[in-house]
Amino acid sequence: MATRLQYENNSEIGVFSKLTNAYCLVAIGGSENFYSTFEAELADVIPVVKTSIAGTRIIGRLCAGNKNGLLLPHNTTDQELQHLRNSLPDSVVVQRIDERLSALGNCIACNDHVALTHPDLDRETEEMIADVLGVEVFRQTVAGNILVGSYCALSNRGGLVHPHTSIEDLDELSTLLQVPLVAGTVNRGSEVIAAGLTVNDWTAFCGSDTTATELSVLESVFKLREAQPSAIVDEMRKSLIDTYV
Amino acid sequence: MNSAMEQDSGMFTVQSTIGSVLCCKCGILMQPNAANMCAKCLRSEIDITEGLQKSVTIIHCPECDTYLQPPRTWIKANLESKELLTFCVKKLKNLNTVRLVHAEFIWTEPHSKRIKVKLKVQKEVLNGAVLEQAFTVEYTVLDQMCDSCSRVQANPDQWVAAVQLRQHVSHRRTFFYLEQLILKHDAAKHAIRIQQMDQGIDFFFGKRSHALKFVDFVGKVSPVRSRNDKQLVSFDSKSNDYNYKYTFSVEISPVCREDLICLPPKLVNSLGNLGPIVLCTKVTNSIALLDPFTLRHCFLDADQYWRTSFKALLSSRQLVEYVVLDVEPVSSEVTVGGSRYILADAQVARVSDFGKNDTIFNVRTHLGHILNPGDNALGYDLYSANSNDIELDKYKGFSIPDVILVKKSYEERRQKKRGKARTWKLKSLNMEVDSTARGYNEEKISSEYEQFLRDLEENPDMRFNLSLYRNKEYQPSEMASSVADGDELPSIPLDELLADLDLSDVESNDDDSMAE
Repeated sequence: MATRLQYENNSEIGVFSKLTNAYCLVAIGGSENFYSTFEAELADVIPVVKTSIAGTRIIGRLCAGNKNGLLLPHNTTDQELQHLRNSLPDSVVVQRIDERLSALGNCIACNDHVALTHPDLDRETEEMIADVLGVEVFRQTVAGNILVGSYCALSNRGGLVHPHTSIEDLDELSTLLQVPLVAGTVNRGSEVIAAGLTVNDWTAFCGSDTTATELSVLESVFKLREAQPSAIVDEMRKSLIDTYV
Repeated sequence: MNSAMEQDSGMFTVQSTIGSVLCCKCGILMQPNAANMCAKCLRSEIDITEGLQKSVTIIHCPECDTYLQPPRTWIKANLESKELLTFCVKKLKNLNTVRLVHAEFIWTEPHSKRIKVKLKVQKEVLNGAVLEQAFTVEYTVLDQMCDSCSRVQANPDQWVAAVQLRQHVSHRRTFFYLEQLILKHDAAKHAIRIQQMDQGIDFFFGKRSHALKFVDFVGKVSPVRSRNDKQLVSFDSKSNDYNYKYTFSVEISPVCREDLICLPPKLVNSLGNLGPIVLCTKVTNSIALLDPFTLRHCFLDADQYWRTSFKALLSSRQLVEYVVLDVEPVSSEVTVGGSRYILADAQVARVSDFGKNDTIFNVRTHLGHILNPGDNALGYDLYSANSNDIELDKYKGFSIPDVILVKKSYEERRQKKRGKARTWKLKSLNMEVDSTARGYNEEKISSEYEQFLRDLEENPDMRFNLSLYRNKEYQPSEMASSVADGDELPSIPLDELLADLDLSDVESNDDDSMAE
């Protein structure tokens, strides 16, 4: 189920938060509304951690992570690193990496199995990603943009990309990532998908400017609708019946 | 197309078809654009015509069908014309924030006093998407008489400037010629009224500038001197506005073509002893004088003339016809001021004497190039003339020649052609003629006009500045019969004539094709 919210009257949710299947990171804001929305939704399931990275609030764009690990840029302070290590579950590996392109959230789009990265990323960083996050790494562009982390939002069930992505690109990415992809917009026609939206396998949060149409697209591509028996049966039937002999 | 070219150059490019996304508002499938909203949603969101004027008032003068452009200009425009469209669009303020792509009129009933204009504008919205929108502007037309119409209404004959053109001679040849010149150059198109007066014409104008322009024009085509004056009509003491009536008095020099002149001694000396008896050959804005015995010529412009003004000794009314008995060229052909002359000795006798007595004159003439024995010529009879000229008396010991021949006469041939219409005709100004005035002689004027037309036929350089029109009533068949006579009557070649533009409804088809 997708929730609409704002961070200090700004609809760009994905900039100030990071949501994965194992944890959720939230920026420190003036009021507690942002944090409390996340908590209301997620508190019993996964830890919701308030933090800053490199002293900034734009944590969603600076770090990249999944249930296996979390990668932080080189300018993360030691206290923040320690705080994160303490707050997150032990199964999550928190690693600070030395990379020229320090906005890792803009450069890396990942789920629990695959990751798309900026084509100019270092070799070592790529190895780190494969190691820490436990994913297969592909260097790709999305609709001609090299900042794949900004223009693409991934979960294990589906993905949403930049609206100008051509059909051939969509097919290619879909094959690489092994998830269904859809080109769409968020926050009333904004093309920067990952900045307006943060998603995991069972829930999503998007900016309050998102229209109903966009919301329905999100819910259908990330498969967030409440499971209804008939829907499950229909879907399962397709996978059950392989071939008519 | 692009990919084919690139494949030729050896590069491989992926073909990319843009997929469709859902419009973020209404959810219909559409091509992605900069705003990612379908055009309808975008238009419903954003109104680019916000802040633009939608209703405007314009002022119109019903008398002269003009529209007011403040503060004071009135622009003539018909309904649904290009000028009106330009005027209406200019009236709108704030149109510089958007780009105007198209403008057209929407039909409205003329009596409704409303004009509707549909405008299409483009503006950039959101992130680079350009939106085009059409909207209608309604103009309310208010009727108000413009200043000039109200002045005309108040007093239709009101003139502000008058030009009084005068020439103190007894004929009107100059004015016939001037009339044609004025018609050709449209110099009197602003004249409210033209009135024919004794020895001249009066022109009345609505503005002083028009009168000045007319006076300048006359000064360029005739040697004139002028003076002007003004009379106060009214004044507004609060705003210091003074209304005057301006009068220009323009006097044309009394020297005309073919006049015989005796120059005053001072002028003779300053011109280098150009014999005191001279013929005037051409009058434009300067007077061309020719000495018929030495074939020397000179030009006097208006200033020079008026400084030492002189009158003609004899004018063309006093020309007498002579028969040429013998011609003997004395000198070779000389080109004087554009025309060729040959000095010759000629034996002539007056037509009135011819056959009756043996009075023969031996004269020197400048017309050796066209005179042959047996021709008739026109000249001044100084032998029997009684001249009372002061200037002539000043010359002591000066032998006055008996005859001075001026031009060749075509009188005989004209007799044959009498009554036949000419192939050409002239237009005329609409002058008010006061036919009951004292001294008005209609017969005299019509015979002078006939003489003027003959002059035009004989002199190509006189025709040069005028417009002659083809005469529709002319019957060519009559002309064919008289060609066999070996007619040498000078006539105007057909290609010099202009076809007259006839705007009548009946013959419109034929005339439009002939129109110049």
